[in-house]
Amino acid sequence: MTRNLALFGTVAVLFILTGMFQSWNLSLSILGISLLSAIMALGVNIQWGYAGLFNTGIMGFTALGGLAVVLVSARPVAEGWAAGGTGILGGLFLGAASIAAAVFAWNRMAPGRARMLVTLVICIGGFILFRMVFDPAVSAVEAFNPATAGNIGGLGLPALVSWPVGGLLAAAAAWAIGKISLGLRSDYLAIATLGIAEIVIAVMKNEDWLARGVKNIIDLPRPWPVPYEVELQQSAAFVDWATRWGFDPMTASSIIVKLMYIALFTAVLLAVIWLSERALNSPWGRMMRAIRDNEVSSAAMGKDVKRRHLQVFILGSAVVGIAGAMYTSMAGQLLPGEYNPLRFTFLIWVMVIVGGSGNNWGAVLGGLLIGWLWLIVESLGPLVMSGIVAGMADGALKTHLVDSAQHMRLLTLGVILLLVLRFSPRGLIPEK
Amino acid sequence: MDILNALIVFLNFVFVPGLAYGAQLALGALGVTLIYGILRFSNFAHGDTMAFGTMVTILVTWWFQSMGINFGVLPTALLALPFGIAVTALFALGTDRVIYRFYRKQKAAPVILVMVSLGVMFVMNGIVRLIIGVDDQNFTDGERFVISAGDFKTATGLAEGLAIKTTQAVTVATALIVMALLFWFLQKTRTGKSMRAFSDNEDLALLSGINPDRVVAVTWIIAAGLATIAGVLYGLDKSFKPFVYFQLLLPIFAAAIVGGLGSPIGAIAGGFLIAFSEVMVTYAWKKVVTYIVPESMAPDGLLQLMSTDYKFAVSFAILIIVLIFMPTGLFKGKSV
Amino acid sequence: MAEPFLIGEAMTGGYGGADILHACTIAVEKGQIAVIVGPNGAGKSTAMKAVFGMLKLRAGHVKLAGEDITALSPQARVAKGMGFVPQTHNIFTSMTVEENLEMGAFIRRDDFRDTLAQVYDLFPVLKQKRLQAAGELSGGQRQQVAVGRALMTQPKVLMLDEPTAGVSPIVMDELFDRIIEVARTGISILMVEQNARQALEIADKGFVLVQGANRFTDTGAALLADPEVRRSFLGG
Repeated sequence: MTRNLALFGTVAVLFILTGMFQSWNLSLSILGISLLSAIMALGVNIQWGYAGLFNTGIMGFTALGGLAVVLVSARPVAEGWAAGGTGILGGLFLGAASIAAAVFAWNRMAPGRARMLVTLVICIGGFILFRMVFDPAVSAVEAFNPATAGNIGGLGLPALVSWPVGGLLAAAAAWAIGKISLGLRSDYLAIATLGIAEIVIAVMKNEDWLARGVKNIIDLPRPWPVPYEVELQQSAAFVDWATRWGFDPMTASSIIVKLMYIALFTAVLLAVIWLSERALNSPWGRMMRAIRDNEVSSAAMGKDVKRRHLQVFILGSAVVGIAGAMYTSMAGQLLPGEYNPLRFTFLIWVMVIVGGSGNNWGAVLGGLLIGWLWLIVESLGPLVMSGIVAGMADGALKTHLVDSAQHMRLLTLGVILLLVLRFSPRGLIPEK
Repeated sequence: MDILNALIVFLNFVFVPGLAYGAQLALGALGVTLIYGILRFSNFAHGDTMAFGTMVTILVTWWFQSMGINFGVLPTALLALPFGIAVTALFALGTDRVIYRFYRKQKAAPVILVMVSLGVMFVMNGIVRLIIGVDDQNFTDGERFVISAGDFKTATGLAEGLAIKTTQAVTVATALIVMALLFWFLQKTRTGKSMRAFSDNEDLALLSGINPDRVVAVTWIIAAGLATIAGVLYGLDKSFKPFVYFQLLLPIFAAAIVGGLGSPIGAIAGGFLIAFSEVMVTYAWKKVVTYIVPESMAPDGLLQLMSTDYKFAVSFAILIIVLIFMPTGLFKGKSV
Repeated sequence: MAEPFLIGEAMTGGYGGADILHACTIAVEKGQIAVIVGPNGAGKSTAMKAVFGMLKLRAGHVKLAGEDITALSPQARVAKGMGFVPQTHNIFTSMTVEENLEMGAFIRRDDFRDTLAQVYDLFPVLKQKRLQAAGELSGGQRQQVAVGRALMTQPKVLMLDEPTAGVSPIVMDELFDRIIEVARTGISILMVEQNARQALEIADKGFVLVQGANRFTDTGAALLADPEVRRSFLGG
């Protein structure tokens, strides 16, 4: 216990030092992102630590969370929606219905050529129908004011509402992928989730009607109760308060905003921990760990292993989705081009492994520590590198080294992951 | 109705590119499947091994070019390839010695090894970015075409041209030679047979006196060679960009699984299946159909099933279908 | 009395946990057949694996032709002239019959075509099917491949772990005939058998194990004649 407190204390010191020697703004923005990473790490820990499921599609679930923010809280584009909203919904419904019909036919018909044929016909017919309804609707939506809109818009609801929706979206995707690849060998889930993540990003980049694709959505509303910096700076009371305490109103406003976000994220983080700790210590949690430790004997004892795995997979992905929604809310914009598996999938894995798989506090510690390291290297790396090469003569090599400092963090993280796996496979805070 | 021109369009835009891409995927998938068969884990670092090998080859190519060495009409990179393979093989042996061997002795679960390969992936990715950066690198030189579209048109008098790039011809020829060599090695040589035996039944192989360290070392060398060749061919045909190589992991794994993990012949079949499906689903068939059907029925749309941005979705869909209907793949790979 | 050709003497040990073998002794003379029988869980296979070096002994030792080989790995014992046929997974299913035999001869650097011919003489059906994948053969033929593979190193001792498990009685008789033939060429046979009666009929020496310890040790014929052995272990 004291050891764990000491570990968290060390991380706190790192953030304080960053604040003192670099800037509090930087320290707090790193802390905000690290907290979100910690929530994602918790989601992954639910899957890996509780059930041994290897999910390499974290990026996809994060992005789905972000998509939910756009769909729920972005301002509505009434004309766009009127132009093709129903057509798009109808098309998607037709698509889903034909998949369902094909699955139904496959399950209900006797094996044989007839079944194969019927299923194929449903699939192909469904695809043609889908394209017939969907394509014109998409063109109509995208034709409306493409410079600023060209999408179906959001519902204009408060940002906080979009967070659970992000969880739901991620959960739905997890259900589909889990249905297919759980129960097969463990690497298949890894490969399937890796694939689904790439596809989610591809959809978000290319389906302009959905969230404007790479044209990006900006100006997403802030979650209650976080204010805008400008509002604060314009409020006489705030400026008064800041000057009284000797702060620069500009800096103070952005720090207040960051602190508000941090408070919100911490609340969610604590709620997730509380819930998953309770789940872990319930009969359900004990069963999960029994299944993880010995799948064969648990199956022999009548536990429905595949179903339990599916539950855990959905739950963990939902947590990641919520964190993804929070991330987009905080950024205030959705940039599909920004999602990159090294940052949004594998970095989270490093957090879980380093922190201690199977232990929620470990995952949080890993999230904060690795999150800090990842982001601090971004600002410190070039500095350190220029220090290293300071003695060198100016030239192509020196420029190259300074420019490539940002890539050092991949290398560093890889080495950290390998060292932890090798010498401390249970992580900093091992499972109890 | 103009079957001949339709055929030329098909060959030019679907068959030839698909063949070259398929050969590249097949070589990549062979590496994945060999590692899986012998070391029994899915090597997530394979895409970055390809990038690493290609990077070394590019550096040597540049060096050759600066010294005025070239390979005539063929790309200089082919001369540099052996160096790329050698360095990558050494690197792979090094990672095995420093990293993987520990887990092998421990008999760690496959999923742990997959995770370890993630760490290796990070490191290799970092090294590649450090040395050559993240940008596109074009290192193709030599003659650009074997047959250019214009020459083809004048030679045949057809309305459509069939262009075959040198890199495509080189890709297919190299892949055929490499595959033939690999199969000869696995089927006919003592070491190759011992690798198959080890993959088939590790305990019995040990009992028969087959040296596991040797088998593992040979496997890494071959996998590194295959990865480098696949990476260089892909880079010559398209261009070299580290992140793209990471993304190739998905179609390559799909090819290996579709064929049956652990089965070399399956990896080749899977590579071509995935490549042709990707090209065919994302190709706009309008031109081909216009030649075949009567003028009055000429299509208005592009007749494209999916936009090219979704090519990953194609390999993924095939992967899912195979996982559902035959989890061990087309050629009965390992299921456990 | 001279020491037997192969002997595992007073072996005590197990797979890490509690001991399975308790001062158990197994031996076989040159060119003879020794059979280990006993009830389920008596440690028969464990005793054989101990002789082959597949588990660590806490006490006791193994000697081959007078040389102490207790510390050697199974692979090293193969090189010393011991052949082992596991009970299951004893062939390379995806490889041809001939390749299976070649893999058996893997440690040999000399020309092994004579040995291959001998194995084919012993198991003519294997010659017929030499280019077929071993996994496609019938159960009895697979066992022949497995035994053939072990013979490729020209072992002095051949150890068989339940060679007749899962094969029909007719195939079992045929397999036993072949095993006798092998023994006639001067190779010692050490075998664990579930079919105790039939096995003791061809055995020069029988070891009845109970709970990891020797209960009865005698010639095969004597054990078959012993009323207590008959009552307890041979079903009357």
